Amino acid sequence: MRKITYRDALREALLEEMQRDKTVFLLGEDIGRYWQGAFKVTKGLAEKFGEERVLDTPISESAIIGTAVGAAITGMRPVAEIMFGDLVTLAMDQIANQAAKIHYMFGGQSRVPLVIRTPFGGGVNIAAHHSQSLEAWFMHVPGLLVAVPSMPSDAKGLLKAAIRNDNPVVFCEHKLLYPIEGLVPEGEYTLPFGAAEVKREGKDVTIVATMFMVHEALKAAEALEKDGLSVEVVDPRTLVPLDKKVIIDSVRKTGRLVVVSEDCKTAGVTAEIAALVAEEAIDYLDAPIKRLATPDAPIPFSPPLEKHLIPDEKSIIQIVKKIV
Amino acid sequence: MDSDTLVLMYRKMLEIRLFEDKVFELYGQNLVPGTIHLYTGEEAIAVGVCANLRKEDYIVSTHRGHGHCIAKGARLDRIMAEILGRKTGYCKGKGGSMHIADFSVGVLGATAVVGAGIPIATGAGLSIKLRGTDQVAACFFGDGASNQGTFHEAINMAAIWNLPVLFVCENNLYAMGTHQARVMLIDDIAERAAAYGIPGVLTDGNDAIAVYKAAEKAVERARGGRGPTLLECKTYRQKGHSRFDPATYRPKEEVEEWLSKDPVRRLRKQLREAGTISDDKLAQMERDVAEAVEAAVTFAVDGPHPAPREALEDIYA
Repeated sequence: MRKITYRDALREALLEEMQRDKTVFLLGEDIGRYWQGAFKVTKGLAEKFGEERVLDTPISESAIIGTAVGAAITGMRPVAEIMFGDLVTLAMDQIANQAAKIHYMFGGQSRVPLVIRTPFGGGVNIAAHHSQSLEAWFMHVPGLLVAVPSMPSDAKGLLKAAIRNDNPVVFCEHKLLYPIEGLVPEGEYTLPFGAAEVKREGKDVTIVATMFMVHEALKAAEALEKDGLSVEVVDPRTLVPLDKKVIIDSVRKTGRLVVVSEDCKTAGVTAEIAALVAEEAIDYLDAPIKRLATPDAPIPFSPPLEKHLIPDEKSIIQIVKKIV
Repeated sequence: MDSDTLVLMYRKMLEIRLFEDKVFELYGQNLVPGTIHLYTGEEAIAVGVCANLRKEDYIVSTHRGHGHCIAKGARLDRIMAEILGRKTGYCKGKGGSMHIADFSVGVLGATAVVGAGIPIATGAGLSIKLRGTDQVAACFFGDGASNQGTFHEAINMAAIWNLPVLFVCENNLYAMGTHQARVMLIDDIAERAAAYGIPGVLTDGNDAIAVYKAAEKAVERARGGRGPTLLECKTYRQKGHSRFDPATYRPKEEVEEWLSKDPVRRLRKQLREAGTISDDKLAQMERDVAEAVEAAVTFAVDGPHPAPREALEDIYA
């Protein structure tokens, strides 16, 4: 094991899969040798693999994904980058109506091995068009898989698995995660979709959190331990498929559930997980389920405004204390 | 043009014509669920283009797609079964009239979102280039689709990457009930090619030979690594937009004028006048095609409906 950043872990995954399989190629805006990706995930890859396999595209999100779909159904494994998660809006027909439905609508004749990488999340003061967390939208479109890695090791293993998967995968990254370091195994490995991980064991309360919120939840758990509270933190790692068993097993153990996510509260990630536990595990609960999400508001620019909306260590501690 | 190609083209056009007439008839008998968008009147385009394609070449089709699939070599019986919602259809009854696909003959499927197929065809072209084969991809779409953003994005992308794609605009003058003149200031969509620095070719979409020759050049160009072409084929749908559209928004004279330019009758006349095929052989072919369409109906009607539980199959690969 060695410590590398989330960004470098993603890059390693791309590099290894491009070396392993020549049908894997990348396309997106400014991912090539001039800019190397808005968040530098693709740094050095165009030099290594050539501009034909690391394609700089025009600013045409719909055609980026549509082109990737066309390539995927004719023998390639494209990895498309949408520079900011907010811009998936421009490609939604290709994602939700084409990529997600081709396998089903054509009776299983074709597969769509496509990965769409995109960074979601706020915290860097770039306002309403560059800060949203839209991952729940994709949970609502059957045919898509949704990955939400929080740690460098998860990012690498899941991205490699996503590239090898025969279904379209919306691979959600988070801007604040790119510089975060973590232990990543040396050498080859992949991680399965639909396998949550307990990031910290505890016995008094379960926090289910995703992406950057996993880190905030871990900090909150650390702080709460000083108050004598044992907090378990569960990271689903993929939202589709969702590992119900690990979540329910944890709730069975602790009897208390807080769900934390950075997307909006209404009809969001926290709603789905809370509903799952209410539906399938309510008898294990000793307290009402609590949800902590971004309120139903656009992300504002000014730092105190943005900070007020997005969950963090402090607001997680507060909400946990309400049910213990 | 060699006579074998011409005769084959006539046969394919006739297959489409009689197939669509039959679909119309079956719809009246309540055998077709949902709606239908018939290709009647536009046969020369799919056939003229696909006569230049090989089995391993690709096409991307639309909601008005039966003709594209037949022209590319898909089976009449399995298309008909799909239209009737049967398990024996190409998509096991999951797609229906607007979503026929047959990957075994390069039909990459019909999308019912207007304009959505254009980037998919560009992607097929990109895949061909990256894999280094000499295939080509042809994308069919209508005049309405040329006002979608995908038209601009995807043709530009195919142009800058010099991809082997033929963009075939079937301009039938109306996007549903909206006349072209109400939604664009130009007469010829082919002009838009200039914006992407690629050839824009205008042809009579009701003249199979003209379409064949225009497509031949474009396919040659694509296969030779010289990039995409926008081919506009002027045509007219003889029926309404969909099954329940009486198309009253179209002037009677206009409809009559276009009916007089019927592409199937036109090629038939050309073949007879040139002595390409004898009247006996023509009559035999016409009987054969009618029988093939009847056989397709029998296959479709005899096919089972999918079991309800299959609704939850094939969501993920």
